Amino acid sequence: METIKNYFFMDLSVMLGRSMRHIFRSMDTIITVTITPIAMMLLFVYVFGGAIQTGTANYVNYLLPGILLIAIASGIAYTAYRLFMDMQRGILERFHSMPIARSTVLWGHVLTSLVSNAISVVIIILVALIMGFRSSAGVLSCLAVAGILTLFTLALTWIAVIAGLSAKSVDGAGAFSYPIIFLPFISSAFVPTGTMPSAVRAFAENQPVTSIVNAMRALLSDQPVGNDIWIAAVWCIGIMLVAYFFAMRVYKKRV
Amino acid sequence: MNMQNKAIRVKGLKKSYKQLEVLKGVDFEVEQGSIFALLGSNGAGKTTIVKILTTLLKQDSGTTIVNGFDLVSEPDHVRQSISLTGQFAAVDEILTGRENLSMIARLRHLSHPRQVADDLLKRFSLTEAADRGVSTYSGGMRRRLDIAMSLVGKPQLIFLDEPTTGLDPEGRIEVWKIVKELADGGTTVFLTTQYLEEAEQLADQIAILHEGKIIVSGTLAELKKLFPPAKVEYIEKQPTLEEIFLAIIGQKMEEK
Repeated sequence: METIKNYFFMDLSVMLGRSMRHIFRSMDTIITVTITPIAMMLLFVYVFGGAIQTGTANYVNYLLPGILLIAIASGIAYTAYRLFMDMQRGILERFHSMPIARSTVLWGHVLTSLVSNAISVVIIILVALIMGFRSSAGVLSCLAVAGILTLFTLALTWIAVIAGLSAKSVDGAGAFSYPIIFLPFISSAFVPTGTMPSAVRAFAENQPVTSIVNAMRALLSDQPVGNDIWIAAVWCIGIMLVAYFFAMRVYKKRV
Repeated sequence: MNMQNKAIRVKGLKKSYKQLEVLKGVDFEVEQGSIFALLGSNGAGKTTIVKILTTLLKQDSGTTIVNGFDLVSEPDHVRQSISLTGQFAAVDEILTGRENLSMIARLRHLSHPRQVADDLLKRFSLTEAADRGVSTYSGGMRRRLDIAMSLVGKPQLIFLDEPTTGLDPEGRIEVWKIVKELADGGTTVFLTTQYLEEAEQLADQIAILHEGKIIVSGTLAELKKLFPPAKVEYIEKQPTLEEIFLAIIGQKMEEK
């Protein structure tokens, strides 16, 4: 037992290397998780942006947090997909019958999700900078934004693990992400919630994306964040814990 | 490491899925260095036995000793000494053949993973295809890579769950050759199959699983004794389609 535990990080790095290769060799993944959000950002800034009244001069600044969330939501669909394929192809059984730290099979996918989403977030921010995104945030605020994005990714990743482990088909494995990708549209991510009809507005203002977006926006523009950051953190941590609990239950049942 | 020269000892093995009792007290032993074939029709529980013996599934009751280690109390030691080639080639489609092998070598914590990969690629005539994605491999190549991955780290006991299902006749003969070579090299091979011919060709010991129990086991000669002595009859021998196919393919190969 002792000797096998010692290999945890070694095995984890092999698992990470494996699924990162999967990502870099799949044009489809790269397009969906990076190019599509960038195209959406271009569309909103240069086509719709002129007609949207946000009360801020720089619409790229306003838009970026929501775009990042959409990118992450599409990224985790692939985590579910990769996990599903591992179960289907029997490679999970091969790993489990080997003398490795078994939990690395799952944690490898979780870590891959974090790393790959971080990469696409950085790329999108670089493009946003070219498009005129500017931030007056200090180091602490930047760290807080990174923290929120990490928590958000982790929360969604564990939902993806549930989906990947319990799906019956490839399409099913990714389908759960569509409502999540759609959530930012019914939030303050693209337009202020003030002009929405009251029922929609009530939903928009009380769903997690709005508080996450508002907190990030305030942090990036060096404004006081108020309660938003705590509401955002509670949402992310809450979803993460619940999803983790159910993911582990499905994992123990399926494996 | 082991006092007895048994690779596997199974006694009173039981397993149920909810209401369905799949294994109703299975007993058998496998000699070290032998080829053991577990026969049974579809759904007889062959794969369930393989999954239990490879620590993927928990047994309900019974004693199971694999390579001298108790399956329940020492699963890590069992995993160290075995290898599984499942029913469907468990290879990574996106990685290349070489990457697949060195990945397994790293996971087995070997010191020269690249060297191990190169040697196995050569041994299974995959060197030319080594740097191609596995998704471009034929069924036979994939199976060869699959078995090669199971040999990384030279485990003492290899499980092959229906290794030739879905392979063409040439692929099947190739797998048979590999299995024989493995056993000649001292590795114990546990094989499940639904092809009786396969067991006849390969196995030193045969056990037949039927309705959750082993109903017969022994060497082929012993099994043959269970039946009335052979009568001499004259029957016109027609070549089977397989013989015709292989003969034609063989000629084509010689012409080249």
